[in-house]
Amino acid sequence: MAGIDKNLRWAGIVLLLAILLPFIPGVSDYRIFQLTLVLVYAIALLGLNVLTGYNGQFSLGHGAFYAVGAYVAAIMMDKWGMPYYATVPAAAVVCLVVGFLFGLPALRLEGHYLALATFALALAVPQMLKHKSIEYWTGGVQGIVIIKPDPPFGLPLSQDQWLYLFTLFVLAILFLCAWNLLRGRTGRALVAIRDHHMAADTMGINTALYKSLTFGVSAMYTGVAGALGAIAIQFVAPDSFTILLSISLLVGVVIGGLASIPGAIFGALFIVYTPNIASDISKAAPWAIYGIFLIVFMYLMPTGIWGGLRKLAAMIRARRNAS
Amino acid sequence: MNWEFVLHQATSGLANGAIYASVALALVMIYTATEHINFAQGEMAMFSCYIAWQLIDWGLPYWVAFFCTIAISFAGGVAIERVILKRFHNAPVLAVIIVFIGLLVIFNSIAGWIWSTVLKQFPSPFVDIFPTTKLVGPHQLGVVLTILIILTGLYLFFRFTPLGLAMRAAAQNPVSARLVGVRVNWMLALGWGLAAAVGAVAGMMVAPIVFLDPNLMAGILLYGFASALLGGISNPGGAVLGGFILGLLENGIIVVENLVGVTVFGNELKLTVALIVVIAVLIFKPSGLFGKVRVKRV
Amino acid sequence: MSISRRKLMQGTAAAGVAATVVGPAIAKGKYDEGATDKEIKIGHTNPYSGPASAYGTIGKAIDAYFKKINEEGGINGRKVTFISQDDGYSPPKTVEVIRQLVEQEKVLLVFNTLGTPPNTAIQKYMNAKKVPQLFVATGASKWGMPKEFPWTMGWQPDYNTEGQIYAKYLLANKKDAKIAVLYQNDDYGKDYLEGFHKGLGDAGKKQIVSEVSYEVTDPTVDSQVIQMHSKGADAFFNITTPKFAAQAIKKAGEIGWKPMHFLNNVSASVSTVLKPAGFEFSQGILTAAYLKDPTDKQWFGHQGYLEWVEWMKKYHASGNIQDSFNVYGYTVAQTMTHVLKACGDDLTRANIMKQAASIKGLALPMMLPGIKINTSATDFYPIQSVQLQRFKGETWELFGDILAAESA
Repeated sequence: MAGIDKNLRWAGIVLLLAILLPFIPGVSDYRIFQLTLVLVYAIALLGLNVLTGYNGQFSLGHGAFYAVGAYVAAIMMDKWGMPYYATVPAAAVVCLVVGFLFGLPALRLEGHYLALATFALALAVPQMLKHKSIEYWTGGVQGIVIIKPDPPFGLPLSQDQWLYLFTLFVLAILFLCAWNLLRGRTGRALVAIRDHHMAADTMGINTALYKSLTFGVSAMYTGVAGALGAIAIQFVAPDSFTILLSISLLVGVVIGGLASIPGAIFGALFIVYTPNIASDISKAAPWAIYGIFLIVFMYLMPTGIWGGLRKLAAMIRARRNAS
Repeated sequence: MNWEFVLHQATSGLANGAIYASVALALVMIYTATEHINFAQGEMAMFSCYIAWQLIDWGLPYWVAFFCTIAISFAGGVAIERVILKRFHNAPVLAVIIVFIGLLVIFNSIAGWIWSTVLKQFPSPFVDIFPTTKLVGPHQLGVVLTILIILTGLYLFFRFTPLGLAMRAAAQNPVSARLVGVRVNWMLALGWGLAAAVGAVAGMMVAPIVFLDPNLMAGILLYGFASALLGGISNPGGAVLGGFILGLLENGIIVVENLVGVTVFGNELKLTVALIVVIAVLIFKPSGLFGKVRVKRV
Repeated sequence: MSISRRKLMQGTAAAGVAATVVGPAIAKGKYDEGATDKEIKIGHTNPYSGPASAYGTIGKAIDAYFKKINEEGGINGRKVTFISQDDGYSPPKTVEVIRQLVEQEKVLLVFNTLGTPPNTAIQKYMNAKKVPQLFVATGASKWGMPKEFPWTMGWQPDYNTEGQIYAKYLLANKKDAKIAVLYQNDDYGKDYLEGFHKGLGDAGKKQIVSEVSYEVTDPTVDSQVIQMHSKGADAFFNITTPKFAAQAIKKAGEIGWKPMHFLNNVSASVSTVLKPAGFEFSQGILTAAYLKDPTDKQWFGHQGYLEWVEWMKKYHASGNIQDSFNVYGYTVAQTMTHVLKACGDDLTRANIMKQAASIKGLALPMMLPGIKINTSATDFYPIQSVQLQRFKGETWELFGDILAAESA
């Protein structure tokens, strides 16, 4: 129990710092906006991590759920004039259902086959979004422009500060839920399925149900991130959700650290900031620099940044104990 | 019924299928050797293709450039394994996949940097050999032939040479293979080399049709991947058949819609539909149409 | 005589007073953020990475052009600082890097940002911030709306207009044509298609017998070409990017389909599209142009072309001399330079928009002879004229008048 208390205390400190961050003088609206994106991706990565890290199901297509969430938010705000905060739970429900339904056939697919199926999903969703039949809602290839929300109750905050706090609030709730879910019975069931499918089955875990539900929950997290991302960017279009988004989400999960909740934050920092660093180093071949980053990170920290940090901490502790 | 239209679509589907098949073959090669799907395979093939283009541009005759490129690609494949992948032998599967993604973006970026992104014409050696018909171009015929030659070569190599046997052993059971004296690490490198060489041929077959630019393989990799899985990822012959089936399936959707006279999916969704069919097949036959059913040890 | 002389005296006196009073105390010009006596900061986004990185050379060309300007003393004595960021053609990334340029780097203006979706994503922001979003690199027709978006301006002839021009030419020159269209299924393809429909009119639209699309992820468009051919089409509007354009021309040639063939300007390069596709299959293809094709030998002796080549060699050596994007970057940078020169010492954002909206008859060396840039407070479409050309032998042959279609 002491361990959990300690974890909670740390999380609380981090959260407090995160709340205070936008009010530090010198932190510009642009930086706050960028950090909002980090939070958004962190939510998406946590969703993917539940699926890939904890449950061992491999997805190259989470960009698709992100896109669905984003479009749900954009359509609700643009077509029906709904407030932004109402779109987040709606995106969650829609993506939960979509993810669960996709998870049903995906049950029979493993490893490479699931990779292919999800890859196909990532490719198909942007194409469906611009299909003629739903052009009225989606805006077709042109996408939808939405309006950035103002802070409520006349709070003396900038739009970016408010959106950051709102996103942080959603993130905190979702992280707490995930933490609760994963450290308990459900989490153990997921890990058991990942580590030994058949053994989990024989222990009485309903693997089929758990696996599709995991898919649903994972899609829900990513969909919520999509909705928040759309509100922050104020624009959705099929071009925003190409296969590259799915690939960067996968990169973020693995680089951040599989099967770890804080890993999502590190992964999000990586996918927001490294492309900028890469293009600052070389305009001629930014992707080459990015690729080198990926390989070097994986070489130095095969279990991701969080895994690497823990290993480092363990090493320091061991040395201290020895001396 | 417009038979000419159907025939045209069928041959064009087969020609596309040949492209998918050649990429699928390279994927199968690396899978056989390492049990990984190399997402950078397409970009490696593209890069090889640029090397060939450069050699031809410097004035080498086509076939000299062709075989030089295969040799360079083989060496390059071995080098990538020995320099980079070697360090990831004990890493988690997903870490290896991230390394593949890293390689993919590196090759794509560097090719554009060295050779610029301007579209380049890549010559076909078959234009002078085969006649041009309305139905099928000489190059398309050549591609199908080349694939069959590679396929036969690979079959003979794996079936009848000690080296081929050693490679298979190293991939399927590294520990036992090592115990009987197979140098497993070098077998992996050899697998990479072979896959790169097959990929180079694939690239040089694809480029005259789709034209050479750094995104040569961007769209094709997925098709190759789907073909390989459809045919059975460990079976080169199955992968080739998978490629042809996928090519036909895609155009088949268009043919059916044209004959019936309604457009439900059209060109916009034909890929999606083709993939759904592939996935549906895989749900019912998880080891692919022609793959060996693998029994998992518990 | 005496009056005018007195006026003149007054004028000089006033100027003298102004000079002595204002001169040493205040800087020599009026500025907004991003401009000083010594520097003009310009922001830019381009996909240097990712599948659209072929466009990256535009950013490098612009950078190279400003390098030349700076070496020659700058614009009215001010050096241009050109800050270009990679957005990978992803709208969310564009928003992020544009905010960095405007809020962190504090650029005076944003220039030639590339792509319709990325520009759509930032348009509202730019106009809310009142920072010029000038000469955007997209052919959509929505950038010339000074009433709604007074801080946004396009540059090139828009796809919609170009589509209309082909349609009108087709109706006038081919009776009862059976028309086929191949288009890329995205904003670019749809813009062309829409313009083409508009040009055909309701009656003309009925003449379309086949309208097929492709996705950028498709390996080839062979199947689509066969579909169009099988419908008996004898006129063909080819809305494709270079790779697919070359494929379509080649496939059409191979199956013996010889329609009246309109090729969109995007893919009208001689040596990167028509030559790979085969000159024998390219004869008689029609297109509309406003820039000189750097691979068309008819320009090789022209002064403007020679200057361009010299600049390429000296400042943009890593760029490919066959790449028409380098002509694009060169010419659009010249347009920007022209506007900044016209601003004189008043480098406020409002004045920049004012000067950008008062270009009169500007002819640039790599634009086709007779094509001029014109803008006004109500006309935010800088280049609106094109000329049709037909491919013959190994080169484009211009014909007909300069066509100025009415945009907006």
